[in-house]
Amino acid sequence: MRFGSDSDQDPWQQPMDGSHASGSKAVADGPGTQRTQYPYVTGSSIIALKYKDGVIMASDTGASYGSTLRYKSVERIKAVGKHSLIGASGEFSDFQEILRYLDELTLSDHMWDDGNSLGPKEVHSYLTRVMYNRRNKFDPLWNSLVIGGVKKGPKGEEKYLGMVNMIGTHFEENHIATGFGNHMAIPILRTEWREDMTFEEAVKLVEKCLLVLLYRDRSSINKFQIAKITTEGATIYPPYSLKTYWGFAAFENPAQGAVGSW
Amino acid sequence: MARFEAYENNGGTCVAVAGADYCVVAADTRLSVGYSILSRDSSKIAHLADKCVLASSGFQGDVKALQRNLAAKELLYEHNHNKKMSCPAMAQLLSNTLYYKRFFPYYAFNVLGGLDSEGKGCVFTYDAVGSYERTGYSAQGTGAALMMPVLDNQLKSPSPLLLPARDAVTPLSQSDAVDLVKDVFASATERDIYTGDKLEIVVINSAGSHREFIELRKD
Amino acid sequence: MAGATDLPPKGGFSYDNCARNAMLVEKGLKMPGFLKTGTTIVGLVFQDGVVLGADTRATEGPIVADKNCEKIHYMAPNIYCCGAGTAADTEAVTDMVSSQLQLHRYATGRESRVVTSLTLLKSHLFSYQGHVSAALVLGGVDVTGPHLHTVYPHGSTDTLPFATMGSGSLAAMSVFESKYKEGLTREEGIQLVAEAIRGGIFNDLGSGSNVDVCVITKGKTEYLRNHQLPNPRTYVSSKGYNFTKGQTVVLSTKITQLKPKVEVTEGDAMEE
Repeated sequence: MRFGSDSDQDPWQQPMDGSHASGSKAVADGPGTQRTQYPYVTGSSIIALKYKDGVIMASDTGASYGSTLRYKSVERIKAVGKHSLIGASGEFSDFQEILRYLDELTLSDHMWDDGNSLGPKEVHSYLTRVMYNRRNKFDPLWNSLVIGGVKKGPKGEEKYLGMVNMIGTHFEENHIATGFGNHMAIPILRTEWREDMTFEEAVKLVEKCLLVLLYRDRSSINKFQIAKITTEGATIYPPYSLKTYWGFAAFENPAQGAVGSW
Repeated sequence: MARFEAYENNGGTCVAVAGADYCVVAADTRLSVGYSILSRDSSKIAHLADKCVLASSGFQGDVKALQRNLAAKELLYEHNHNKKMSCPAMAQLLSNTLYYKRFFPYYAFNVLGGLDSEGKGCVFTYDAVGSYERTGYSAQGTGAALMMPVLDNQLKSPSPLLLPARDAVTPLSQSDAVDLVKDVFASATERDIYTGDKLEIVVINSAGSHREFIELRKD
Repeated sequence: MAGATDLPPKGGFSYDNCARNAMLVEKGLKMPGFLKTGTTIVGLVFQDGVVLGADTRATEGPIVADKNCEKIHYMAPNIYCCGAGTAADTEAVTDMVSSQLQLHRYATGRESRVVTSLTLLKSHLFSYQGHVSAALVLGGVDVTGPHLHTVYPHGSTDTLPFATMGSGSLAAMSVFESKYKEGLTREEGIQLVAEAIRGGIFNDLGSGSNVDVCVITKGKTEYLRNHQLPNPRTYVSSKGYNFTKGQTVVLSTKITQLKPKVEVTEGDAMEE
């Protein structure tokens, strides 16, 4: 018979404890310390923006194992509590661990039964601290996280959209794109985004970004998921594909214009 | 193989200028990494007490952690002593806080501005591990090397070696100082790729504090 | 006994210095930094020709070295070439090839072809194994029609309906990928190229300042230098500045007179 001791604690009872790293990718660096890791299974860009009634978020459903497209049907956008959505690029197992933290957080918050609930701002603030603390332990969660949501505040319904990366850099913005999206979707969003877009307009804009990424990000796939969060709550739509165009004449016979070159 | 880097430089420039009865603290609002702009509207300035404003650039994760840490310590001080922390006191606290992490530093370049106990403008300037000095004006961050010579020329303060010590505050009027700060930022934005988008200016004087913004180049 | 290795080399390139430099760098030598045009350059094929575009910022690390430089280089009257990478390399390689094209025109009396410049560029770049850092967008109209190519520093080339290069290439490409169509008119072409360049200017820190455009059609080339100026200075002090004298102490002064003018009194004036 054993009484409760240090050794039989469930690992998830202390999720913030850096002494156990997620997955199998932590590298032992002498006895008792866990050090720098590297990502195994990674997801690509997340696109998110505020629109008239709330926040829309989108991503493809692929996850790569190195440069191999290993998983083609994973959800990288999830609902958190009643008022928020979270989207993740980067290490997929670390994202799943973060979801466990958030489940625990929203559950313990719910158990106060005081009628209060965590909004997107609080979730974002919490995650910035989690990410920053883990980088301070040199045991980072290898993700860029996007948090969007709507919640009643002192100024009425307040939309919120923020992001945090693996070392704790964080900010709020009207539109956010992680990973490759930061290079290819942000230029589009900065010129075409408006605060008062309808959901239909927002979907069109997001699809434009997803299509550009499909053409130019080698780790993206043609299977996308869109999610929205409004005062009505979170909706995550089933995956679907976009129509691509490859019919440019110069694509048909590229050498045609360069006969005589090598 | 991807490798973990604990620091990144998010760029930006901070300036503070002290006058006889005022202090100007300013910083741009661009948040960038590498060749990308993450945000055009991210503040680097923290109002830590009535007469004490901190502007910091460097690694934004550390900057925010440091500024929150100081704000929390200031609040404790208020409760313990029933008064706001003075700017020179905050200056010493900031130095101690930075040196506390001497071997895993906050990658933050700070300029602290405000009024001292006599109501005179004061500026404190730091390195990342807590070495600090009281001056009449200072610039820190990616555009500092471009701005400092201009400030030296326009605000040249008496040598700190003079005995008896002379006042380090600048001779300019408040509005002239604000005008100079706007102009050096517009100039640095022309030549420093990490400075731009918007300029946040906080002015502290006996009447309280005042905040304004002007636009900078966005390229 | 002399081995085969003692024979003098019979031609080809020597990379001895490259190996030496790599060794020196490994031992801690800091190579000097060069002027880079951290750049956005683009091109597209439209209805009756080619439009090329470029920003005008040149950088040295985090500092803007030139706010209004030219990145669209002349190759031939009907061919122009945008350059990204080390400024000296893009200029030298385009100058060299354009002079070879000129000589070829003198010899043949015919208009230069885009493929010719493409081949000259790539063979030069390939022979230098990527050490000449020039990433180019080459465009022109010749007897066979409009052509657009990209050339990478190692010498590989591409033939495309629309192309982008440089640090702002992703920002510019996002514009092309979402808006390019075949058979654009001249105006639409210029507009789209300018929008792509602005994408680079505003979203890539390596690019900035103004938009340069070059439109090449059959028998006509228009170089629209500073086609758009989207980045005026945002604040100018109303007062102006005094930079007072005496910031540097004068320790001593010595004035040396120039030699007095010599007048020639004898001899004749030189013949014309």
